[in-house]
Amino acid sequence: MSQLITTPHFASPDEFYASLIAVHEGLTEVESAAFNARLLLVLANHIGNAEVLGEALKIAASPR
Amino acid sequence: MQERYPLAFKLYPYQRSVDQDAITPARHKVIIVGGGPVGLACALDLGRQGIAVLVLDDHEGIGQGSRAICFSKRTLEIADRYGCARPMLEKGVVWNVGKVFQGDHQVFSFNLLAESGHKYPAFINLQQPYFEKYLFDQIVKEQAKGAPIEIRGKNRLDAVEVKADHTVLSITTPDGPYELEANWLIGCDGAGSPLRGMLGLGFEGREFQDSFLIADIKMPASTFPTERWFWFEPWFKSGASTLLHKQPDDIWRVDFQIGWDVDRTEELKEENIRKRLDAMLGPEADYELVWSSIYTFQCRRMKDFRTGRVIFAGDAAHQVSPFGARGANSGVQDVDNLGWKLGLVLRGQAPESLLDTYNEERIHGADENILNSSRATDFISPKSKISHIFRNAVLELAAHHPFARALVNSGRLSLPCVYDGLSLNGTDALEGGPACARVGSACADAPVAGGYLLESLGGDFVMLTINAGAPENVEADGIVARRLALKTADDPSGALAARYLGTAQSAVYLIRPDQHIAARWDQFDAAALRAALLKACGKAKK
Repeated sequence: MSQLITTPHFASPDEFYASLIAVHEGLTEVESAAFNARLLLVLANHIGNAEVLGEALKIAASPR
Repeated sequence: MQERYPLAFKLYPYQRSVDQDAITPARHKVIIVGGGPVGLACALDLGRQGIAVLVLDDHEGIGQGSRAICFSKRTLEIADRYGCARPMLEKGVVWNVGKVFQGDHQVFSFNLLAESGHKYPAFINLQQPYFEKYLFDQIVKEQAKGAPIEIRGKNRLDAVEVKADHTVLSITTPDGPYELEANWLIGCDGAGSPLRGMLGLGFEGREFQDSFLIADIKMPASTFPTERWFWFEPWFKSGASTLLHKQPDDIWRVDFQIGWDVDRTEELKEENIRKRLDAMLGPEADYELVWSSIYTFQCRRMKDFRTGRVIFAGDAAHQVSPFGARGANSGVQDVDNLGWKLGLVLRGQAPESLLDTYNEERIHGADENILNSSRATDFISPKSKISHIFRNAVLELAAHHPFARALVNSGRLSLPCVYDGLSLNGTDALEGGPACARVGSACADAPVAGGYLLESLGGDFVMLTINAGAPENVEADGIVARRLALKTADDPSGALAARYLGTAQSAVYLIRPDQHIAARWDQFDAAALRAALLKACGKAKK
C-alpha cells in the first residue's frame, strides 16, 4: 500500500520554491490559477496512485 | 568635521601625524579605509602577520546602535585565531532555539544545536559595537607586542588618484588636508562606500520594496526565553512580520516589517514605536526604548572586488538583506580570505595574481549569500498576490505537515561557503572521505587531545595527517606547511573521524591559513603535497 509522503522530501526546497514563484512572475491571477491547475495535473499523473492522491486532496482541503 | 553619527566608544581621538608635515606624501604599504568591524578585523589580520597597516576613519571610535547582532560560529572561529573570541562568547547571548509563528499560533520550532564537539556555538547575539570594541582591544594588545597597526581618527578620505602601483589619497583632518600614498588600498567603508563612489565603480543588484523598523528595547523583567521568535502576519498587527531576538544587557531586538510607503519621521517618533510595541507586548509591559532605526535593503555587489591595487571587503563590496546574518559575518570571511593572500604577496612569496582568487572566492561567497538572502526576503515579503498565497499555504501546511517546514524561510542562517571548483583547489583524492571536508570547505572543528582542532591549526599552512605517516614539514618555494599529526584515538568522541575520515582508514589534508581545505589524500605523497601547496598559493602553471 502506498502512502503520501509528508516528511521533508525536497532535494533542494529553497531552489524549488524560488523557481515556483519565478514562473508566476508577470502572470495575471487567472493565468496563475491556470498554471497551478496544469502543474497539479502533471504531478497528479506522476503520482497515479488513487489512495495517495486521495490523501493529498484531504490534506489540502483541511491543512489543520 | 561633521559627525555623521554619535559614538558608543571613543577609542582613537584625532592626533596630528608626522605625515601631515611631510613635504612629499608618506608612502604606506597598506591603508584601510574605514574602521568598522571589517576594517578593524583586516588591520588585525595583517598586523598580526607583521605587515604595517594604517586605518583611516572619519570618526574617533565606534558608532552607536546595535546593528549587526548575530555572529556565526565561523566568525567566532576566526576571532579565536585573532585572539578576541573569548570576550565575545562571555558577553554574547548563546541561542539555539527558533520559533516561527503565524497569526496567533506557533507553526514550528527548530534547534540549531545539531552537533557537539565544536569549541564555539552556532551563533551568539552581540551588539556590533561590542564586537568592534573587542577587535579594537585586541589591536591594542597586538600593538603592545609590536604589531605595526596604526588607526587615525578624524581622517576622512576625500579623493583618490589611482597610479600603476599605488594610490594617492587626499585626506581631510581637523587640522586641514594632507596627502598619503598607499601601495595597497583596502576599502572597508561600508555599504555606501565613498571610495567606491570616488572610483566610479558600480554596485548592481536588487532593491526590495519594503521597510523594517528596528526597536532595541531594554526589558530587565522580561520572561521571554533566549530564542529567536519570528511572526508572519502577527495577531498584534504591528507589522507584516515581526522578529524578536535577545541581545546582552537585557536588550531585545524587535524588527517590524512596516511596508514600503512609510513616513520615516512619523514612524520613528517614540510614541508611534511604542504603539507597535504595546500592541505586541501588552499595555502593562515595562520597557525602555534604547535605539531605533528604519532600514530598507538591497541585495547587490560590485562586479569585481579587486581593481589593481584597490581591494574592497565587507558591505563596501557586497550588500545583503539582514535575514540570515550574512552581512558582518561574510565581511569577516572576506578578511580571513584576503589576509593570508595579501601577506604572501607582500612578502614576495606569491604573485600578485593570487589576489584575483580573493575576487573569485569571495564573489562566489557573496553570490551565495545574495541568493539565500533574496530568497528569504521574497518569502518574508512576497511581492505578488500569488507569491503571498503560496507563502501562506506553506505556513498553513507547515503547522501540521513536516515537509512544508523545509520551505518556511525566515532567513537561512549563515554558514561558511565552500569554494567548490575554484582555482586554488588541489586534488580531492580521499576515497570515502566525508563531503563536509571536501576540497574548498572550511574545516569543521572537532575535539582533540587538550583542546580543539581549529585552534591547533592556527593561521599557517598545515598538513593534517590522521593515521598517516609524513615528515614534520613540507616546503615548496619557501612556503612551509607544518604537520599536525593526529590519530583516530585523539578524539574518543568519534567526531574527528566522522568529519575527516568518513569510511577512509587514513587521511592527509592540506589546509590553508584561512582553514579552508586545499587538497586531500589517503596517504602522504611529497610531490602531490608540494604541487597542491604551490597551487594554493596561486603558483600553479596554467
